[in-house]
Amino acid sequence: MTTASSASARRNLQKVADHTEQLLARPPRSFWRDGWGRLLKNKAAVVSAVTILLLILIAIFAPQLAPHNPLQLNSGKGFLPPVWVTNSATGKAGEAAFLLGTDNLGRDVLSRVIYGARVSLVVGLIPTSIVLAIGILVGLLSGYVGGAVDNLLMRFTDIIYAFPDLLFFIIVMTALRQTWLGQMLNGLLLLFAALALVNWVGVARLVRGQVLSFKEQEFVIASQMIGATTWRIMVRHILPNSLGPIIVSAAFMVPGAIITEAVLGYLGLGLRPATDPTDIFLTSWGSLLLEGQSAINNQPWLLLSPAICVAVVVLSFNFLGDGLRDAFDPRLRDK
Amino acid sequence: MTTYIIRRLLWLVPVLLFVALITFILMHNAPGGPWDRDPSARQVDARTQELLNDKFGLNKPLFFNLEGGNPFDSQFFNYIINAVQGDLGPSYRQRGRNVEEILFEAPKNEAFWQSKFGYSARLGLLALAMAAGFGIPLGVIAALRRNSLVDNLALFISTIGISVPSFVVGIFVIIVFAGMLDILTIIQKDWSSPTAWIAPAIILGFSTFAYITRLTRSTMLEVMGQDYVRTARAKGIKERTIIVRHMLRNALIPVATIMGPALAGLVTGSFIIETMFSFPGMGREYVRSIGNRDYSMIMGTTLLFALLVVVANLLVDVIYGFLDPRIQVK
Repeated sequence: MTTASSASARRNLQKVADHTEQLLARPPRSFWRDGWGRLLKNKAAVVSAVTILLLILIAIFAPQLAPHNPLQLNSGKGFLPPVWVTNSATGKAGEAAFLLGTDNLGRDVLSRVIYGARVSLVVGLIPTSIVLAIGILVGLLSGYVGGAVDNLLMRFTDIIYAFPDLLFFIIVMTALRQTWLGQMLNGLLLLFAALALVNWVGVARLVRGQVLSFKEQEFVIASQMIGATTWRIMVRHILPNSLGPIIVSAAFMVPGAIITEAVLGYLGLGLRPATDPTDIFLTSWGSLLLEGQSAINNQPWLLLSPAICVAVVVLSFNFLGDGLRDAFDPRLRDK
Repeated sequence: MTTYIIRRLLWLVPVLLFVALITFILMHNAPGGPWDRDPSARQVDARTQELLNDKFGLNKPLFFNLEGGNPFDSQFFNYIINAVQGDLGPSYRQRGRNVEEILFEAPKNEAFWQSKFGYSARLGLLALAMAAGFGIPLGVIAALRRNSLVDNLALFISTIGISVPSFVVGIFVIIVFAGMLDILTIIQKDWSSPTAWIAPAIILGFSTFAYITRLTRSTMLEVMGQDYVRTARAKGIKERTIIVRHMLRNALIPVATIMGPALAGLVTGSFIIETMFSFPGMGREYVRSIGNRDYSMIMGTTLLFALLVVVANLLVDVIYGFLDPRIQVK
């Protein structure tokens, strides 16, 4: 009786051990690999990522893809409707050479929209990278070292939060438009600077919060005891652990910047109109919206194409951001 | 609580001062002075300019008067001192009118709410009312019928509303309803009829509506799993009563607190919608002053907007403490 039960107990023990061994035999899955898998399962996020990649390719190869030079005037062909419209309010029919129609000066809308993608993507991506660099550095310092840096950051944040974002951009763009900074890259550099100045605070605050929550944890204390330098602890131990939320916030910052550019362009404060066809940044979707606004009743296609583009790119980045958050933000894991 | 409010109120002073300082520095670096209509050409002769500068104190030092006398007798501090007393200075373009007159004064014999500020405030309130009026019920229904058609529809609409900027929504609405279907007039001559307000208010409030829907849904879902809801069910209370008394009361706390910033955002963020619909409010005046390079108008309006935002944020933090006793303010 006792031997039988002890034999079955031994068999059970053996089973458990086998199972554990099987579990251990599976290669370890890192947090990143896990998150990557979750991201790939999210259809909306994958579609968005592909859309964004396509847009980036379009922006890079704009000169090859655009059927016309976006600055080329075609006299007598102003206000052509898109090719599928046969009787527009202007009484003209679309031409196959101008797929999305032409504006008042006979410039090809499709080519202009293609070139506009460059500005939107650059405005979305470059300030965000600057913001990440500054924000992470200050956030790490402020959270880990604390003291005066921390106080200064928090007070500065209060001020930035009180300033309505868009008003700040408007003031900067109006006041500094004529200066050398406002002239560089058709005014894009000034926009980058303004966007970076406002947004870095958010990242710094986020990183600071992350650092504060990790600071007292065992793995940090352990490395302090081994004698790791402050720099090493920050960069090798704390930063990788807080990277998830940082990436997510960056993904949401990009559409914000793109919208800002479109709004400023719509108000006539965005990109300066380029006259030199060799410029990299010839026009932006915001500027196209402004041009289209004047003819909204009879030539809606002028407004429609850039508006759809803005909507698509902003939606894509938002869906991607949602997907990244679900995949990489450990705070949301259990919800 | 009282000390907390006082401390927060005192903290507003340096924040607003700093906003004013940044605006002042930027505006002062802007090309063109107040006396030339076209920034690139001088139209007022030198002697007159001198007299005008003298009259408006524009020949004083920018920040600190070090030539003896009062060190604060400078352009910046004079502007601040005047602004505190409600004098935002003369408009550079609309001669003979002060900034605060343009913003707050109604046309002759009309009520205050016919002023530019009044128009914008009313539009903002209407937009917020519509956003909350449709957003909260939709959010509640979506949460109660999780994963149903209604829920998915609500999530879809709110995702679009949060991501797509309001002016792009406005463009689509105008093209479809005014251009193709012809049931909407874009250029309103008469804003006294209530129907004229509907389209701009809906477009302005759309993203707030989306946000409120999402927030209501997620807080409702959170509350639904709480112990006190289960207890209420166990006691045999009617489902309706549970939803209204137990769930909704708690779920709406976060929603109530975003109302303040939402209203401030709607009032200050309406300039594109106002321009689109030729709405006679503060936002369109602001956009026009940008085009005219009317620096005193830009500065005055910015200060006013910043004041609205900080006060709204302060109100939220205070109200939160009252609505939710679990939050301890320090």
